[in-house]
Amino acid sequence: MNQQTPIIEFKGVNKWFGEFHVLRDVDLSVARGERIVICGPSGSGKSTLIRCINRLEEHQQGELIVDGTELSDDLKAIEKVRKDVGMVFQQFNLFPHLTVLENLTLAPIWVGKLPKAEAEERAMQQLKRVRIAEQALKYPLQLSGGQQQRVAIARALCLTPKIMLFDEPTSALDPEMIQEVLDVMVELAGQGITMLCVTHEMSFAKAVANRVIFMDQGQIIEQAPPHEFFDNPKNERTRDFLSKILSH
Amino acid sequence: MTTPYPTPEAIHFEPIASRSPPRAARGLAAWLRSNLFDGWRNTLATLVVLALLALVLPHLLQWALVNAVFRPDNAACRAAAETGACWGVVAEKYRLILFGRYPYAEQWRPLLACTLLTGLLAASCYRPFWRRSLLLAWVVVVGAFFTLMLGGSFGLSAVETGRWGGFPLTLLLSTISLMLAFPLAVAVALGRQSRMPGIRTLCVLYVELIRGVPLISVLFMASFMFPLFMPQGTTIDVLLRVLVGMTLFTAAYLAEVVRGGLQALPKGQLEAAQSLGLSDWQATRMIVLPQALRLVVPAIMNTFIGAFKDTSLVTIVSLYDLTGALQLALGDADWRKFFLEGQLFVAAIYFVFCFAMSRYSQWIERHLNTGTRRQ
Repeated sequence: MNQQTPIIEFKGVNKWFGEFHVLRDVDLSVARGERIVICGPSGSGKSTLIRCINRLEEHQQGELIVDGTELSDDLKAIEKVRKDVGMVFQQFNLFPHLTVLENLTLAPIWVGKLPKAEAEERAMQQLKRVRIAEQALKYPLQLSGGQQQRVAIARALCLTPKIMLFDEPTSALDPEMIQEVLDVMVELAGQGITMLCVTHEMSFAKAVANRVIFMDQGQIIEQAPPHEFFDNPKNERTRDFLSKILSH
Repeated sequence: MTTPYPTPEAIHFEPIASRSPPRAARGLAAWLRSNLFDGWRNTLATLVVLALLALVLPHLLQWALVNAVFRPDNAACRAAAETGACWGVVAEKYRLILFGRYPYAEQWRPLLACTLLTGLLAASCYRPFWRRSLLLAWVVVVGAFFTLMLGGSFGLSAVETGRWGGFPLTLLLSTISLMLAFPLAVAVALGRQSRMPGIRTLCVLYVELIRGVPLISVLFMASFMFPLFMPQGTTIDVLLRVLVGMTLFTAAYLAEVVRGGLQALPKGQLEAAQSLGLSDWQATRMIVLPQALRLVVPAIMNTFIGAFKDTSLVTIVSLYDLTGALQLALGDADWRKFFLEGQLFVAAIYFVFCFAMSRYSQWIERHLNTGTRRQ
């Protein structure tokens, strides 16, 4: 596996929710260390696309290869992929009955089989990285939304994943907290990790993305580097969408 | 035109120091005024209730306390029959009611056994006692319970299970069947969500069959059908059959309660656990179950309280629990007409335990919900 092979490959991936065809013939290739922002109207399949990468959703047709492992019903393959892929959710999904520190050390202890002391050390490191180390012993519901999302990012980073998936990480936050989360994500981007981010924050896309992908009705309509994407969109659907979200 | 708000040239921010809120007026008069007599509607309602109490309470107290006979004196009871309660029936028959047909001379054994078990139940409720040694204590106390009741060793005379009765039987049946039913219920609730259709169907069938039949029928079937399935000649203790029946019955209802909790948990919790790489079992054990069970504590306690009282149905298979023993005691023609006082006595015992469970449930909700309430 050399550095040139893509870390994620979608080949003709199709997915249905019952009768609804949510992903249509998706072909996508993500290089190691690449940072991709996916945008599009709601219902376009953006979240479904990234949720297929760590098998939270199952695709029915096509091939999906993550870091050399093809995703299928094989539990071992799914386990292997989930160790290397971290995910941050729109609703944070922190475990409310555990403290922040316990939230972070849970997976390293039970999945990574680390001893407790080492897991806690790693957890404190990640908490410092997202600048929230002083809240380690609090419960998630005692923190603000922005703090909770930063804890969620730290929790995903504790397993040292190769790929980080972000599913609209700032959509549930009050405006003044969006910046603190975006700052953490920008810092993360500068450290070489592969990132796929579904978001409406176009400032983030312009700051760090290598590629912006526009999806609509389950298809990838357009992909381009940010400056080309925003200054010179080639498809009329893209232009339409951009005019709606960039107007305010 | 002047604006309704001040618009100075420059605004200098003067922080207002935090002050404490005004304290509500203290004292009984103030409490009465705000809770019972605020507004004409509440005042009227209070006066009506007070009038009703004034009408009823004196008669009740006359009957229950003033004119009542407390001695086990049948003649005195009959003399006071219409005007006063005959608590003498309790004084006369309390050992029969509390211990059933257990041999009179050996009744210190069920008394000791019940004290131990009740004590351990109370201790198990407190957090400081939640350690590994508690499990050991349970094994020891349950063993001691059976040794004391059964006898046949340590110089104690043997007493067969058919003669056990009264409160020890109620306590034993409810404690053991609830302790076994709870893990079974969790397993069945999880089984209903299983990916394997065989397990799922089995769990659904179990719940629907048991819930479709009254407890009396389940006890009947457990008692009389069980031996049919066993090889000729083997006898299974009637107490064991009843325990199995009660456990299966309660577990079916508890399983649905737990399933409600599992469904109420936001799907995102399981997804977060999965995306961290936790296996299904790890996610269920550490993330899903702790939260799901906390959600349905009131409903679980509700089922427990119901099951405790449902033990009274074992009279159908000739086991005399607290209620059954009361029927036995009132079989005495002399005392039969004072059944009301006997019933009140038994009801009071049930009430004490059920109320304790209910209060404990509220304690659990307050203290075990750390983190799930926004603070």
